[in-house]
Amino acid sequence: MKTSPTVRRLWPTLTHQRWLFAGSLATGLVSVALAAAGPWLLGRGTDLVLDGALRHDLDYTGLSRVMLAAAGAYAAAGLFAVVQARAANLAVQRVLRTLRADVEDKLTRLPLGAVDGQRRGEVLSRVTNDIDNLGIALQQAFGQLVIPLFSIVATLAVMFWISWLLALIACVTAPLSIGAAAWLIKRAQPAFADQWRHTGEVNGHIEEMYTGHALIKAFGREQQAIDAFAAGNGELTDATRRAQTFSNAIQPLMMFLSNLTYILIAVVGGVRVAAGALTVGDVQAFIQYSRQYSQPFSFLASMAGMIQSGLASADRVVELLDAAEQTPDPTGTAPPETVRGAVAFEDVSFGYQPGRPLIEHLTLTAEPGHTIAIVGPTGAGKTTLVNLLMRFYEIDSGRISLDGADIATMPRRHLRSRIGMVLQDTWLFSGTIADNIAYGASDATRDQVVAAAKAAHADRFIRTLPEGYDTVVDDEGGSALSAGERQLLTIARAFLADPAILILDEATSSVDTRTEALIQQALTRLRYGRTAFVIAHRLSTIRDADTIVVMEGGAIAEQGTHDHLLAAGGPYARLYAAQFAATA
Amino acid sequence: MLIRLLRRYLIPYRWLVVAVMGLQLVQTAAALLLPDLSADIIDRGVLPSDVGAIWRLGGVMAAIALVQLVCAVGAVIVAARVSSCLAGDLRTALFGHVQTFSAREMDRFGAPSLVTRTTNDVQQIQMVVQTTLTFLVTAPLMCAGGIVFALRQDLPLSLLLVVIVPVLATVTRMIMRRMAPLSAVLQATIDTVNRIMREQITGQRVIRAFVKETHEQARFAEANDRLTEVSLRVGRLMALIFPVVTALAGVAGVAVVWIGAGRVDSGAIGVGALSAFLGYVLQILGAAIMATYLLPQLPRAEVCARRAAEVLDTHSSVVTPREPARSMPDPGRVELRDVAFHYPGAETAVVTGVGFAATAGETVAIIGGTGSGKSTLLKLIPRLADTSAGAVLVGGVDVRDLDREMLSRTIGYVPQRRFLFSGTIATNLRFGAPDASDDDLWRALDIAQARAFVEDLPGGLDAPISQGGTNVSGGQRQRLAIARALARRPRIYVFDDSFSALDYATDARLREALAATTAEATVIIVAQRVNTIRDADRIVVLDDGHVVGIGTHHELFDANPTYREIVLSQLTGAEAA
Repeated sequence: MKTSPTVRRLWPTLTHQRWLFAGSLATGLVSVALAAAGPWLLGRGTDLVLDGALRHDLDYTGLSRVMLAAAGAYAAAGLFAVVQARAANLAVQRVLRTLRADVEDKLTRLPLGAVDGQRRGEVLSRVTNDIDNLGIALQQAFGQLVIPLFSIVATLAVMFWISWLLALIACVTAPLSIGAAAWLIKRAQPAFADQWRHTGEVNGHIEEMYTGHALIKAFGREQQAIDAFAAGNGELTDATRRAQTFSNAIQPLMMFLSNLTYILIAVVGGVRVAAGALTVGDVQAFIQYSRQYSQPFSFLASMAGMIQSGLASADRVVELLDAAEQTPDPTGTAPPETVRGAVAFEDVSFGYQPGRPLIEHLTLTAEPGHTIAIVGPTGAGKTTLVNLLMRFYEIDSGRISLDGADIATMPRRHLRSRIGMVLQDTWLFSGTIADNIAYGASDATRDQVVAAAKAAHADRFIRTLPEGYDTVVDDEGGSALSAGERQLLTIARAFLADPAILILDEATSSVDTRTEALIQQALTRLRYGRTAFVIAHRLSTIRDADTIVVMEGGAIAEQGTHDHLLAAGGPYARLYAAQFAATA
Repeated sequence: MLIRLLRRYLIPYRWLVVAVMGLQLVQTAAALLLPDLSADIIDRGVLPSDVGAIWRLGGVMAAIALVQLVCAVGAVIVAARVSSCLAGDLRTALFGHVQTFSAREMDRFGAPSLVTRTTNDVQQIQMVVQTTLTFLVTAPLMCAGGIVFALRQDLPLSLLLVVIVPVLATVTRMIMRRMAPLSAVLQATIDTVNRIMREQITGQRVIRAFVKETHEQARFAEANDRLTEVSLRVGRLMALIFPVVTALAGVAGVAVVWIGAGRVDSGAIGVGALSAFLGYVLQILGAAIMATYLLPQLPRAEVCARRAAEVLDTHSSVVTPREPARSMPDPGRVELRDVAFHYPGAETAVVTGVGFAATAGETVAIIGGTGSGKSTLLKLIPRLADTSAGAVLVGGVDVRDLDREMLSRTIGYVPQRRFLFSGTIATNLRFGAPDASDDDLWRALDIAQARAFVEDLPGGLDAPISQGGTNVSGGQRQRLAIARALARRPRIYVFDDSFSALDYATDARLREALAATTAEATVIIVAQRVNTIRDADRIVVLDDGHVVGIGTHHELFDANPTYREIVLSQLTGAEAA
């Protein structure tokens, strides 16, 4: 069966709650046994009534005893059922919590390329829609599955005890029921898989179109967006309809078979009573048992839909959980207390796609405390260098070292905690401005946060916001903060993190020039005593760099100081001349 | 809200809904006839030992069961169609409606919330409609029918129902009343988990750079625990419903036999009638069990419906003109007249009293500090938002009177946030110009200085682009965004800080190529760098939302202190002069 690997994959997570599941099972068993005694006692009661009716002398004390026992059995059964459902609920919610945490944890272990390459809405749909749906199925399966199953067995046992013939009749229809249900399930299964796949796709499309809303409006592409949506939505609608039709048809079919059983028992039972082989009370009890026996079938069948739907979702969650991960971090190596900040690229080659090298045989050395400026046309591989140093991507060959140690041999967190970075794309999480600044140093005091904001020249605009440092922002809030202001916040964040190595990746491109001049002063101060990699476009800002590296087409065209390179009359001199021509 | 939403969106399917009701009615009636018949079997067949009657009545029962099957399956098929089509229609309505939103409304809801509302919330509504039409509608029918049939069996015994039904109703109401507020909390905590997860996907690079995986895990764990806790509370209530109602049903059965015993003893009813009565009582309670089992979905669906309706009831602040102007007296002209813009609820306006004009062949640049309102002004031109006061005129017509399609065709907009759609280079470039030939695209790439790197990509124009354009560098993304605007060959170009990610040499080459292409066009440009705009025909200097100067580079450099300060911060004196 297609779903069994998924079940096997999730099995350890489920067995982690085995004591709760076992407790739920045990209490369920008791509850079912007590519930099964109910109709039997009612049947005895009916017999007493019938006897009384025939002899015109009703045994009221006997009847009272039987009825009290029945009422007690029902009440106790209910009590145990509550315990059973609570235990199952606790177990299922714990499993769901674990699954959500697993998916979130997985996210941090995926190669960055895998995170970047996927449609955000599609991944989100797995985390939200699919886990949500799997939860409903698990809740059904464990909250409601055990009782009907036990109840079938228990009822059947009592039925055999009363009359093996009638019990056999009830059994005959069972394979019929199972066969019919299996036939429908086989049709519902692919429909559910389709439904959740299309849900993911539609979610992806919607997420993207809502994110790019301004462009769609400006380019008048609303109709095309709606048309593209309509295609996916149509398929989703159709898959939903098929899944619902097949899974919901199971229950009426079960009900019919249950009625058939009921009729057969009434007929055969009636004939047996007429022949004097059974009492009317027995038939009466039996008819009720046959209901109690077949009711779980239709109950199980009605849940089949939800469970299949949940399995389809589970497949998608497992697919995400089992996606290839980045190479695991080595364990046990203690990080050096202090980092001098010597960085070396030795004969490094790398390509985002196999067989298409972007950087080839690159060698570059940064002395501790030096500023390395990387310049070159866009697409020359400047950002890639940063990606490799941070180990966002793994190099194909060569070696990158920090203080002489290969960075591939150290845990990523040790490496990254030494490096402060201001990225090209700003990112704020939903929280206050202060929280966002303190992102790299969560134990920072308010004074330190304010000091960092001042250093990044963000303090002034923060104070004009309604709640100051306590203003809540998020990554979407385009209206509250301008692109430049967002950038200032991420710069303040880097200030506060106080790293040994600094990476500034086109960081100041969206800040207005007055502010940038101030930031340049602050960055110069910050760079003091740290190794800094600056990816800059304005050559004027990097004139005083210790080394300027000019990149072209994934290789270093030349490197040296500003004066040295200018005198050499190579690519740097040409870039500089081009800029001067542009500004003059 | 759920009812209101359904009343509106079920209209196309009203006859199908009627059909479901009809089928369910027949189905329920058939189900109710069955205990009556089985009572007959006992009273008229078993007790008098009439085997013929037993067979005859059994046959009738089988026929009725078959009718029930056909009707029930029919109801399922129709209900599946209704609920899935309803969900499809709702999604279409939501998606289409969001397309009419302006930047204001998008900001108000936020994209992630709108996504959840369009998919997850609709999903909940769909499920509730499905279960209502297939199961829930039969519950009241079953109840009412059960009561009628029970009354027919024995009136005094039916007095029992007067006790059982209200007790059942009270218990259900109590549980539901506690469930409703919990559902709203549940949906809100789900939103929180989704939001954090979405942030983590978007910010994965930053999280790793700052080694905040553990911190993020803790943040997520907090939301996850909260969701678990709320789910447990919902679960504890749910755990009560089923056993309580089942136990009630059992006790009711006991009561029926116990009290019925006296009636049989006194000869008022037959044993078969007692048996049938028991059947009906159990039927009524069975329906109640089914209902209590499905009712908890309702509060959650109600919350979802409210969230969806909130979107549908929000009208865009940008209103499409009823009789749009389809001609422009002065095609290339862009004019802002005393424009002000402020966000609703905000104390101060983002911009006030801004006025300037640009005609075909002219370039007008806007410069000013971060937060001075430059991007906001640009958004008003393609009508991504409307002014709070004053007017924006394109082609000599107020944009609020202009045909939207015509307006968007006239303008090539390059927004500040460089965003590409997933697809290929070509699908992105054809975004604004569906009919452009490959040659047209290469021409646009040439001007945008993007030809070289596109040629290098595997597949060239057909090279894949991931969502947001994250698989190309920032500078490449920016040039593709420019090429996208160029490919439409508009009369008016609106560049919002569109050259910031380019190195100087590329920037210079691009502007040179652009100048030749846009010689006939109007160019409105926001920039941070002075040398990007120094050749503009007019430069508008913004400070804190106000225009503090308009003129050429030289005029402003000589006379405008704000502009002079900006220039001097960037260029050495010799370069500036």
